[in-house]
Amino acid sequence: MTEIISHIFIFIGVIFMILGCLGLVRLPDVYNRLQAATKSVTLGVCSMLLGVIILKGFSAMSGKAFLCIVFILITSPTSAHALARGAYKSKVRLCKNTVCDQYDFGRKEELPAEQNPDEESPVKND
Amino acid sequence: MLYDVLFLSALTASVCLCLYRIAIGPTPPDRSVAIDILGTVMVGFCVLSALKTGNDFFLDVALAWTLISFIGGLSLAKFLEGRQYHD
Repeated sequence: MTEIISHIFIFIGVIFMILGCLGLVRLPDVYNRLQAATKSVTLGVCSMLLGVIILKGFSAMSGKAFLCIVFILITSPTSAHALARGAYKSKVRLCKNTVCDQYDFGRKEELPAEQNPDEESPVKND
Repeated sequence: MLYDVLFLSALTASVCLCLYRIAIGPTPPDRSVAIDILGTVMVGFCVLSALKTGNDFFLDVALAWTLISFIGGLSLAKFLEGRQYHD
């Protein structure tokens, strides 16, 4: 019974990992790719390690798997955040369909100067 | 036994997708993101190897691989920001 449950967890993990890597190829932008791939692959690896814990019960192997889950949940979002910040600072363009950019880089260069919303703001008129 | 072949082939397909993105990525951040994801997929390979051989050793490799991939991702991000080594 535990073998079936652990295989179901590992199957879910493998599905999430392959969908995350498919998103890494399909999506149009660095930031979209980063978001899709990081979240899906992190969840997939954690699900696989949870399957190992369920299969092995209370042993040294499941302790190592638990420690590995903790380290992955700490380190993977941190490195993804640092990579997104580095990509933004190295002036990678956002894709065409981006709705909102609160740092306001990339869209401002594409618009002409009279359509720039910063120059029509009432703060600047004062 | 069939499950192992299925899981290993699925992970091999995802590694091939990551390598494709590393090969064609138009900018350096694309390649950095794909390298970071590739490190996490290799942890999944280590988990499947540990299950197939019943050996604790591969989970130690997975743990070390996680931490080294973290250091690599941070150093790539620092390089992308344009900072130097002494910052």
